[in-house]
Amino acid sequence: MRIEGVPASAGYAEGPLFDLDRPPVVYAGKATATEEKTSLETAIGMAVSRLTAMAEAADSDAAGILEFHIAMLEDDALSGPAFASIASGRTADVAWREALDAEIAGYEASDQDYFRARATDLRDIRDQVLRALTEDVDSTAPTGAILCGEDIAPTRFLETDWSHGGGIALKAGSTASHVAMLARSRGVPMVVGLRETLASLAGMALLDAEHGSIVLAPSPAEIGAFRQLSSSFAARQGMAQRFLARPAVTKAGTAVRVQVNIADPSDVDGIDIATCDGVGLMRTEFLFGKNLPDEETQYRAYRKVLEWAGDKPVTIRTVDAGGDKPVPGFTVEEGNPFLGLRGIRLSLARLDIFRVQIRALLRAAPHGNLRVMFPMIAMADEYVSAAALFAEEQAALAARGVALKMPPLGIMVEVPSVAIAPEAFAGVAFFSIGSNDLTQYVMAAARDNAAVAHLNSVRHPAVLRLIGSVTAFGQENGIPVSLCGDAGGDPAAIPSLLEAGLRDLSVAPAQLAMAKAAISHVSV
Amino acid sequence: MSAAAEATVLITHDVGLHARPSVKFTKLAKTFAADVEIALAANGPWFDAKSIVKVMAAKAPKGTVLHIRASGSGADDAVRALIDLVQRDFDEDAGHVRSA
Repeated sequence: MRIEGVPASAGYAEGPLFDLDRPPVVYAGKATATEEKTSLETAIGMAVSRLTAMAEAADSDAAGILEFHIAMLEDDALSGPAFASIASGRTADVAWREALDAEIAGYEASDQDYFRARATDLRDIRDQVLRALTEDVDSTAPTGAILCGEDIAPTRFLETDWSHGGGIALKAGSTASHVAMLARSRGVPMVVGLRETLASLAGMALLDAEHGSIVLAPSPAEIGAFRQLSSSFAARQGMAQRFLARPAVTKAGTAVRVQVNIADPSDVDGIDIATCDGVGLMRTEFLFGKNLPDEETQYRAYRKVLEWAGDKPVTIRTVDAGGDKPVPGFTVEEGNPFLGLRGIRLSLARLDIFRVQIRALLRAAPHGNLRVMFPMIAMADEYVSAAALFAEEQAALAARGVALKMPPLGIMVEVPSVAIAPEAFAGVAFFSIGSNDLTQYVMAAARDNAAVAHLNSVRHPAVLRLIGSVTAFGQENGIPVSLCGDAGGDPAAIPSLLEAGLRDLSVAPAQLAMAKAAISHVSV
Repeated sequence: MSAAAEATVLITHDVGLHARPSVKFTKLAKTFAADVEIALAANGPWFDAKSIVKVMAAKAPKGTVLHIRASGSGADDAVRALIDLVQRDFDEDAGHVRSA
């Protein structure tokens, strides 16, 4: 069975399906009583081995209690009624709960305090097994699995080990979502907007994220055809690799700078600095993943990337939380987050957090060729306020004798007001066009909404015209202009971007070779 | 070696034949091939001495006269060893009184 979707990160994956939406605390019933029985046996075994491990580490009083629990669990007399109930058609969780509740009721009815108190132990025993039952043995996906579901959280993506293949297939999702960006930068195949729900999530599947489809329960013929496509894709990638080590030049001999976009400092570990012209965008949101990072953590992360890049420029974007990138303890719940308190707006509203990042950046600057840019700038005042904060922190650090350097400060051009009237920003050090947000704001099409994905095209004349006029304004006023959105790495969009005047693109590391290859075919 | 044996013992342990004592009791019973049962009265009901769930269900507090019987291979030894365990207060520290 083949289900069509939209390719979000090109590539091919062949592997077992893994359901992202499996309910975490609800027991998944099995098809047969035999499987239910096995399921309960396994859960009891898990509970026993967990308790055994705890007992080994416990003091003698605690160990005595745990040994009592273990002995109860190992006694067939305790589980017998549950297994009988499974044989008559109950699921393992219901059978176990009913059996133990009956046992617990017997203890609670006792006229002896000591005996009544043991009901607590029985409840504990009951819950240990229920926990083991609902904890799917494979709550983490097996390596090489194709993760399927409604949508996927960025943390889930980051937790997953992609080194042995695997892919993502989503019913919702968008090619411009944050995970899609991450998938492209790591070369993880991903398809979004699947038109049908995956009815069966068992067995092997074939994910074609070049054309956008997933095949469930494939036939031998389908597997054969898939592997041909997959190896042809690998061969084309191999061809592109020839371009990787060379500077990017168009057919007409025009040089184009190609930098990389990174999210996590460890992203640079797999990139040869000789293959790119620097880091055009280092996102800092992922440092803000589960809790707010302190100054030292940020300083180390920035310094690592600066030292890796040597004298090549590293453009770090101050935290762009909000929108589709919530950060607990920082962002606010909003009805329309893409138009709300995000990017520089949020940073200026939370100076306590912003100042920490500013200090870390100022301290990291002496370790390389740092440039800093602000996201979501809509008005010149915002840039002025942010630059003033840099100056204040610079003065404070200098007064304490801390080593620092003031980096050039630029802005993201992604809010249409800036793209339409760039003259208010003649004083900034550089422009970086954020084509993902610029496109979604110009087209009024949320980038995380698959239903309007067809509107989200950087190649719409309105978007290209704005990119062209911003680039021309930069050239006239000596302001360097680059582009760091996904369009920069899209072979289909690259000709239009170069025709609009851009000569500086920043792309996902996995797209570096393909982007350079695409540039070589353009005749500007 | 007899095919059947029976004896009684007074439980002097503070909390009776519960939780930790019953773990020891059933573990020891399981080391014998003979079928072993306990009861709180000579006429039953009898509970499987190798099942902690059943032993706990006997609800034998301190001061109970425990009836122990065994049948099959090593029945004598089984009864003697279990009586001995109860008389030794389950090898628990005499001054060590656990609260329920």
